[in-house]
Amino acid sequence: MADASYPDELRYHPEHDWARIEGDEATFGITWYAQDSLGEVVFYDPPEVGATIAKDTAYAEVESVKAVSDVIAPLSGEIVAVNEGLADAPERVNDDPYGEGWLVRVKLTDPAEVDELLSAADYRNLLDT
Amino acid sequence: MSPLSTPLREKHVELGAKLVDFAGWEMPVTYEGILEEHSAVRTHAGMFDVSHMGEVEVEGPGALAFLQRALSNDVAAISVGGAQYSCLCNEEGGVLDDLFAYRLGGDRYLLVTNSANHESDLAWLGRWSRGFDVAVRDVADRYAMLAVQGPHARQITTSTLGIQLPARMRVAPVQIGRRPALACGTGYTGEDGAELLIDPEIAPAIWAELLDAGVVPCGLGARDTLRLEVCFHLHGNDLTPERSPIEAGLGWCCKEETGFVGAEAVARARAEGTAEKLVPFQIEGAGIPRQGNPVLLGEEEVGEVTSGTFSPSLELGIGMAYLRVDLAEPGTEVEIDVRGKRRAARVGSKPLYER
Repeated sequence: MADASYPDELRYHPEHDWARIEGDEATFGITWYAQDSLGEVVFYDPPEVGATIAKDTAYAEVESVKAVSDVIAPLSGEIVAVNEGLADAPERVNDDPYGEGWLVRVKLTDPAEVDELLSAADYRNLLDT
Repeated sequence: MSPLSTPLREKHVELGAKLVDFAGWEMPVTYEGILEEHSAVRTHAGMFDVSHMGEVEVEGPGALAFLQRALSNDVAAISVGGAQYSCLCNEEGGVLDDLFAYRLGGDRYLLVTNSANHESDLAWLGRWSRGFDVAVRDVADRYAMLAVQGPHARQITTSTLGIQLPARMRVAPVQIGRRPALACGTGYTGEDGAELLIDPEIAPAIWAELLDAGVVPCGLGARDTLRLEVCFHLHGNDLTPERSPIEAGLGWCCKEETGFVGAEAVARARAEGTAEKLVPFQIEGAGIPRQGNPVLLGEEEVGEVTSGTFSPSLELGIGMAYLRVDLAEPGTEVEIDVRGKRRAARVGSKPLYER
């Protein structure tokens, strides 16, 4: 498992999700803390491409041996891609949560919502409290 | 109430274990990951701190007669140094606990109880022991318990601790750490191995010796996936006071002719059949079943999952469910409602995993 890290270029949701914003699109995933709490991910149940998702609501499930966890959307949008590679290698969520372990790519419907997300420093503070 | 901890708690912390509350005990759920630990037990050797399990000593001239009354199996069939699985039933034939009985001497037995039921088992045993010439003692504080399991477990345990291990389903008095201990040829993983009942004071040193010998520390997470792959029951999930051993598939360890508490009800369930039966199943595609998930046949609810997990060996979702008895045949196709998603499943036969 990778060491704890919270890259500065990402924005964070308090429910332990990250978003990489690129123009009016974004990639989502779960944070190092989230995958560490969950344990080894053995199943990812993605949404369908084309589905609309709303900020602060569940859009997917990740499961470890012991537990299932809803994944909360950090921002609203429409799914344009899901990480198909996780079907055969869900452990990528643990090994590389900010890279090969990404979950979905989303076309944002309300880019102004980005302002409500946390910086890496703020998210780290949240974890420390 | 602060949680109880085993003599190995510091060892678990040193190893970076994730500790969770289990039946009032602070126990390791995993160290390096459930998948690795599971695999270590299937291919090499793993060890589990199961010191939370309870021990009850039953001793006296009336021990056999009393245990025939209290336990569902034929206790008279246990020779000195033998072990036997049994249910503890209530008068309605429901399962209060499932346990191993070890015969340590002519009129001396040791029962190993589930931690969540230990106190209530003691009270129950105390109540039914009246009129028998027998002493029922809580000896849980006298033992730490280590389960060393896996294809290499016996060999490593034997050479590391310098002891002879008894055969499968046998128990032997041994010296471990220069203290009297019990070595049992039993386990909860479907692999060969031993369960060691040792002096709590020397438990950390013994743990460290086995660790140095390459035995992989394993938590309750792997213990659950291992036992479910081979369809061993977990009391509180698959066995409850509301279910008879017959519907749980434990008729084989009930000998009604011994007159145990609940025997009449068990005999009735056996003769008349039960409405539901506990069956193992596996998911056909994606999805991981969990305890409490409904089992569906079309639109009808025909059962409920009592244990469910991801099987690391089979790499798919598996579980056990109480299912309408006409659907209990292996091969029957049903669906499991996993949080609103229907997952195709097929009734299997025990064990779900075989080497």
